[in-house]
Amino acid sequence: MTGSRSYVAALDQGTTSTRCLVFDHAGRMVAAAQHEHRQHYPQPGWAEHDAAEIWQNCLRVLPEALASAGLVPGDLAALGIANQRETTVVWDRTTGRPVAPAITWQDTRGAEIAAQLADGPTGDLFEEVCGMRPAGYFSAPRLRWLLDHVPGLQRRARTGEIAFGTMESWLIWNLTGGPDGGVHVTDVTNASRTLLADVRTLQWDQRLLDVLDVPVELLPEIRPNAQVYGECRVGLPGVPIGGAFGDQQAALFGQTCFATGEAKCTYGTGAFLLMNTGDQITRSDHGLLSTVAYQLEGQPTAYATEGSIAVAGSLVQWFRDSLEMIGSAPEIETLARRVEDNGGCYIVPAFAGLFAPRWDPDARGVVVGLTSYVTKAHLARAVLEATGWQTAEVVEAMAADTGIAFTRLRVDGGMTSNHLLMQFVSDVLGVPVERPLVSESVSLGAAYAAGLAVGYWPDLEVLRGNWHRAATWEPAMSPAVRERERAAWGRAVERTLGWERGDA
Amino acid sequence: MAGTIQSIERAAAVLHLLGAVGEPVPLGELARTLDLPKPTVHGITRTLVEVGFVVQDPETGHYALGRGLRDLGARLDPHLLRARAVNWADGLAARTGLEVQLGILSGTTVEIVHHVFRPDGSPQRLRTGEIQPLHASALGQVLLAFSPTSSRLRNLELPVHTPATLTSRLELTRVVQSVRRQGWAHVDGALRPGVAAVAAPVRHHLGIGVGALGVVGPREWVIGPDGAPRAGLAEQVTASAEAIAATLQERL
Repeated sequence: MTGSRSYVAALDQGTTSTRCLVFDHAGRMVAAAQHEHRQHYPQPGWAEHDAAEIWQNCLRVLPEALASAGLVPGDLAALGIANQRETTVVWDRTTGRPVAPAITWQDTRGAEIAAQLADGPTGDLFEEVCGMRPAGYFSAPRLRWLLDHVPGLQRRARTGEIAFGTMESWLIWNLTGGPDGGVHVTDVTNASRTLLADVRTLQWDQRLLDVLDVPVELLPEIRPNAQVYGECRVGLPGVPIGGAFGDQQAALFGQTCFATGEAKCTYGTGAFLLMNTGDQITRSDHGLLSTVAYQLEGQPTAYATEGSIAVAGSLVQWFRDSLEMIGSAPEIETLARRVEDNGGCYIVPAFAGLFAPRWDPDARGVVVGLTSYVTKAHLARAVLEATGWQTAEVVEAMAADTGIAFTRLRVDGGMTSNHLLMQFVSDVLGVPVERPLVSESVSLGAAYAAGLAVGYWPDLEVLRGNWHRAATWEPAMSPAVRERERAAWGRAVERTLGWERGDA
Repeated sequence: MAGTIQSIERAAAVLHLLGAVGEPVPLGELARTLDLPKPTVHGITRTLVEVGFVVQDPETGHYALGRGLRDLGARLDPHLLRARAVNWADGLAARTGLEVQLGILSGTTVEIVHHVFRPDGSPQRLRTGEIQPLHASALGQVLLAFSPTSSRLRNLELPVHTPATLTSRLELTRVVQSVRRQGWAHVDGALRPGVAAVAAPVRHHLGIGVGALGVVGPREWVIGPDGAPRAGLAEQVTASAEAIAATLQERL
């Protein structure tokens, strides 16, 4: 194969689209391509993807990204993969076809199974081995649902005819040949969110497999994040696949948060704040998850604590699409700037309950503090402030769990283009908020892992040198205002709790 | 009504009719209602589709009002412009090693709506929201050259910021004309001593400049020995500004 091998590509398989980004040695983006896939909602609470459609999109974006920059596969030193986490695919190893639609992370049908597991001693076992209590959020309950509901699947699982994986497993298997010798692997970050792996040994745990009656024959091999898993046979023929990551861990790596206490928050549909906790697995008393941050070959595993905010950018979308207050998401800033403050109005977007740090599935959203003074501009402020305060709650919980106080926060994701929001986040956290020059942290993290695996980048220090500050927002809110607003937000949140049960 | 132009009247009638009917209208019905021959109405609707005021359903071939008409009265939202510009502005900063600013016309000044730091780790302050003078900044000269209200030049005050600031209206007019011709502007210490900048327009419908994208930095990083911008710099800025403009076409 001829070519310069002077770039690294990342395949970012996300919730709404599949993208390929190409980076150079300085970590600069030189090419990109993207295709969206369909969202299927066959029943309330269900959310599915067609894994075959996603694979076809993958085969389209790879050559398109190369073509947009005049590159050929030989110009790539490696390919790294980042993926939407917890989305569950089961496929037939012989035909290469999925046996059922992929059950996505937004799908709630695993909740009942998880609730049964969480009860009593099994709940303690999961917490002891995985570092987290069973929740419908993770992949194993979805796998169990498929084994229960697709005819004959449990039997075929035992014979090894079929394979389970999250999206990175599915794509790596296909890229490396599919039915014809495809490599069936997953990485430690994705494995750590199945509920089947030991968070310390990073191996499947037979006791957990027994509880869920999951035959080990189904499962991929668990690998470090930066390692050559195999070579592409299709898509990017001859290019080694050098790494894989769950998307939020990829963003932590892309933001070069390699030291204990370093943290990033990615603002997308939801928001995910991860802090590197080094070799410590933090047991949270405040509703956070302990998770694997990354593992490099031959090195100790780095862990992270994670705070998930379910509704962030999606609140702006709701404001745009359901309330029809604005024509495009960025216009919320224009509307919010018409007024100086929120006019006493607060919106708590507990649309599907509250995630970290409260985890109340019965909470529902509220708009409080309404008076005849409040205009839609105040509502726009309240929409943006909700994301700021939810970030503050997660930061407070992390500080309480780890004893590490934030001195600054690195941010990325689409909402970082909202200047008013980023200033507000800095104001309520009371620390500087920094945006990196390459805001595509998820893809960059996957590319970094792959580049490390093939020696394209020598070590983490060089990657650190690639991180450049594109903007810093300095806190400007007075402590008195911050305390007053924090208290008001807290009162607003109290009004959401337990609503669905009717005992609010 | 002497002096009215028939084709414009008929186009307006088509738009009124489409606006009054709640659903897409077939060509034949348009022609019947307006009492005009089908080929005439077809010519009018095709032109209206071309300029984005009318859309044609690809399956039925029926006509309806297009987005372009709705967007007519609305100024391009500055924050939408920023959202579309972010990736390109980042890329420009990464490739040039310079600070990047995106500005819009705000009265008789430039308002900075987006700012990317010079990627060298040095301490810098976010300038988003700051105001710059039109006559002394590269962004401002571009906005003067490519905004349709350039008559404002006559009313502009020209305060001195440095010895290099343009203070003669005649000279400024000449500079603006040359910016219009070459497609970009550069200033060398006109706003702050020792600081130079190169800027290009983000051009929307009919080439109107809805914003200006520029790089700013120490004079020796921006200006070559011949007093002009360093080789390739103006081209990089222009290409990024054009790429941002292309992202506006996709949606508006």
